[in-house]
Order: sequence, then structure tokens, then C-alpha cells
Amino acid sequence: MSWQPIILTLELAALTTVILLIVGTPLAWWLARSGAWWKEAVATVVALPLVLPPTVLGFYLLMLLGPNGPGGWLASLWGARSMAFTFEGLVIGSVLYSMPFVVQPIRNAFEAFGDRPLEAAATLRASPLDTFFTVAVPLARRGFLTGAVLGFAHTMGEFGVVLMIGGNIPGQTKVLSVAIYDYVETLQWDEAHLLAGGMLVFSFTVILTMMMLEKRIGRGGQ
Amino acid sequence: MSLSVHFHGTLGRFDLDVTFEAPGRGITALFGPSGCGKTSVLRCAAGLQRLNGRFALDGDVWQEGRTFRPTHKRPIGYVFQEASLFPHLSVRTNLLFGHRRTVGRGVPEHIRLGDVVDLLGLGHLLDRSPEHLSGGERQRVGVGRALLSQPRLLLMDEPLAALDRFSKEEILPYLERLHGVLSVPVLYVSHDIAEVERLADHLVLLRQGRVVAAGPMQELQADPTLPIARMPEAGVTLPAVVAGREDAYGLTLLRLDGGNLLVPGDLGPQGTARRARIAASDVSLARNPPEGSTILNALPARIVAAERHDDVQMMAVVALGEEGRGARLLARVTRKSWDALGLSPGQPVYAQVKGVALVQETM
Repeated sequence: MSWQPIILTLELAALTTVILLIVGTPLAWWLARSGAWWKEAVATVVALPLVLPPTVLGFYLLMLLGPNGPGGWLASLWGARSMAFTFEGLVIGSVLYSMPFVVQPIRNAFEAFGDRPLEAAATLRASPLDTFFTVAVPLARRGFLTGAVLGFAHTMGEFGVVLMIGGNIPGQTKVLSVAIYDYVETLQWDEAHLLAGGMLVFSFTVILTMMMLEKRIGRGGQ
Repeated sequence: MSLSVHFHGTLGRFDLDVTFEAPGRGITALFGPSGCGKTSVLRCAAGLQRLNGRFALDGDVWQEGRTFRPTHKRPIGYVFQEASLFPHLSVRTNLLFGHRRTVGRGVPEHIRLGDVVDLLGLGHLLDRSPEHLSGGERQRVGVGRALLSQPRLLLMDEPLAALDRFSKEEILPYLERLHGVLSVPVLYVSHDIAEVERLADHLVLLRQGRVVAAGPMQELQADPTLPIARMPEAGVTLPAVVAGREDAYGLTLLRLDGGNLLVPGDLGPQGTARRARIAASDVSLARNPPEGSTILNALPARIVAAERHDDVQMMAVVALGEEGRGARLLARVTRKSWDALGLSPGQPVYAQVKGVALVQETM
């Protein structure tokens, strides 16, 4: 059995989580604080992957990232033909697919503490940016933890989107879930057992750790 | 007058249109029933809410026309009804939150951590987390945190309203001490007249988004046409000085503007300044110096004004001294006695004071 799919999956999940925290945090902040009437429409778009079959999302991503879509044009800038069936394409897909799992908990956490702490900080001369980093983010740390763990774990387990836009290229796009599928298809039951069992233990550990951490953080503040 | 306030706009169900000036020292209370817009005025002064208008402190304009200075650029301290401490920071870091952003950036330090800790009795709390404090302690930290941001204007939004009676009594003496040492003006929102009388020097009466009256506390208290004179607990608070003692009877002589009062207890050495509260229901009027009465205090005075209070009672304002030039008291008397004695404004009377409450040490 090769370790490659496991390492690739961890790389993908880590990179996706980092990108999601960077992109998702301002988005969650805007969704939590803005008074714009169309913000719920944006929230709905973010939440779509929760409901859509992954193959539908994967199909549209394939159109977008393929040689005839904007992704193909983008890829042509560095001489590639397409962003489909590449690691980069996989990252884009994962970011979109896991976004609700990161944005939603962070948004909820931002909404939970209300306006008051931010107003208090403003009356104490903290600028909006200062307030964001010294008050809002620490108060929302539970949401960040939940979002990061869910985003990471969810990316590790995705299958449909990966299969549609990533395919099955060893070392590039062949992640864990695809590898398991492969082993089953080729009747390599032992290898499939090992990976599937590993995922089971991993998922159990992740959720248990998260719940324990949340409890501890919860006691320390809020 | 160094605080100039004018705001107008629509607030939910009614229009707010408030204009007043307040002195650059002492506590100005914004007083009125719940929902009269007093908190909105305070929030507008802080820039937390925006209505049209103008706001200036010592000629420094914070809002006028399109000029609107954001909250974090206004040198204010704001005390919320619920202390609103930062739960992720210790008491010490809460206290220093504003301090770091002012003194830490070159604003001259007028108020030091040590002073605030002493004044508000916070020494034993510094390393605790806000969630392990009582309501009264939390509010004291809230006041300290606001003071340490070196404000030029302190805004207090019903700081005692969320506290139980016990915590209120615990924190009031701290606020009174603060009043004695603080040199920045304070806008203090409250719907509790007892609190206002203990603390305020200046009063702005609000009702339905309008200013009913504004002026020095004693003047407004002694105006029988204002709604505060209609409250059951109406009365006046007057500055007083300890002028002597009758040790044999355990009494202290207090000098008011225009007369002296004997009150029970030892109120400190001669010259000590106190604030005396005399309730309208504790003052009765007599045409002649009373004889054969157990009431100790009967002060010569003159009736200045009178207003029918209800079917039974009159509210009279008397000025102490034979010429009627001293401090003013409210007296609530029955209409029957008023008519029987043939009382009317301008007449000399004796104001019999049955009780005096002492509300505050030094001013």
C-alpha cells in the first residue's frame, strides 16, 4: 500500500483549511455584521454545497476549470491546458465544497456576542481593525476552532467533487477516498480495509478532540 | 457652559429633538421615564448612534453637518448599563484596555491605574476573570476602565440600573467619591430620582424626546411646575456646612443658605460640607413661630410660589430667611390648611422641617 494518497490528502486538507480561514473569516464577519439586504443570498450561495450532490458541484467546476472555461484561460497563463485534473483545481474545488463548514460556525460565533463588546472597544479608542483582532477574534475562538476542524475533516472525506474534477492521478489528485474506491474496484480488500479503518479512527478522534477542546475553551471565556 | 448638545431625528415611534448645554465640571443628569430618549442622546454623544445635530465639548466640535467623528476618535469614557467587560481578558487588562490606546500613544496621563484601583477598591480583583466578579464589582471595573482611557467627558448610561439594591448601595459611595475628585464633566443617564439627587449637580429633564427643563439641580427641584415636584418623593437637596454641635443632646447644627438646622448625630468637625435632602412631605408651614411643638426646626421663610398638587394638596416653594433670599424648600401641605391659614405667595411663614437626610459628603 502506498502512503502517497494519505500525504496528498493531508496536504490538500491543510491548504484548504488555511485558505478557508483567510477567505472565510472576512466573509463570515460581513455576513454577521452587514445590514445589506442581499447578504442572505450570499449566505445561501455559500451554503449550497450542503445540499447539492457533490457531482453537481463537480460538474460545474469541471466546466469552469476545464480548457474551455475561465480556469482554462487562467491555466494558459502559465502554459497549462486546464486546471481540471490538477492539484490546484482540487484545492479550488475543496475550498468551495468545504466553505459552509468553516464560514457558518465563525459567522455564528461573530453573531453570538452582539454589538456590545465592539461598542465598548470603540469607546476605549480601539479602531475597527484593532477591535476585530483584539476583541472579535478572541471572543469567536470557539467558532474558529469548530470551523477549522470541520473544514479540515470534511475536505479529507470528500469524494464526489474530487472524482469529477480531480480524477485519479497518483501523486496529483489521487486522494484517500478515491484510493479506497480504487482498491475496492480492484478487489484489494486488505488495503481498502486499512484505509477505511484509518479514516474511521481519524474521524472519531477529530470529533472527540473537538468536543473536549470546545468544552475547555468554553470554560475559559464567554 | 462647555458642553453643547443638539440632536434631532426619528427614534422608533417618536421624534427626538433635544438641545441643552451643560457645565464643564460636575455631573449632569439626563433624567426622565424609560423610553424618553435619554440613552439615545448619550449614544449620540458617544457617536455610537447617529442622529442629525451638533455636539461640541469646550468648542471642540465632534458632530456638525457632515462632520462626524467616529467613536474611537472621541476622548470619552462610556459606562454601560451592564458593565460589558471583555470576558477573555483579566480585570487588569480590561482596566488597561483604553489606557494602552491613549497613554500608550502619547496622551498625557491624568488618571493612573493606582489611583483608580484605590478609588474604586479594585486591588484584590486585578488578576481575576470578569466572570468571577459580582455585579457591583463588575460595574466598578467598568467605571475604572472608562476613567483610565483618560476621557475628557464621561458618559454613564444607567450604571446602577442592572444592579440589585444591595450592589447599588455598595457602588454609590464609590461614585460619590468619584464625583469629589473628578475634574471632567459627566453626563449621567438615570430614571431613578434618588440616585440623581445623590449624585447630580445639574439636571436635564426629558420627556418623549424633548427637554422639559434644564438647569442647576436645586433650581429645578424647587420648581413646582415641573414633573419632578409631582413625584411622591419630591424634595430638594441643598449644600450644608457643619456649624456646631449640641453634644448633650447628640445633635449637630447644619448651616444652610438662609437658616440653620439641628440634625441628629455627629456629622464631623466644624466646616465639614454635607448635602442635605429635605423632602416636600417633611416640611409643613406655620404663620407664627410654633410654640409647644416637638419639632426642632422651624425656619423663618417666605412663600415664593405655590401650585395645586392634586385635590387634597398644595405644593409650595418657600425661600429661607426673613427676606426670603436663601435656599428654597418644597413644602407639601393640605389645601384645607392652606386656605384656613390664608396663605399666598409673598407671605412670611415658618417652615417646620421634620426630617433631613444627608446624602453626600464633600462636593
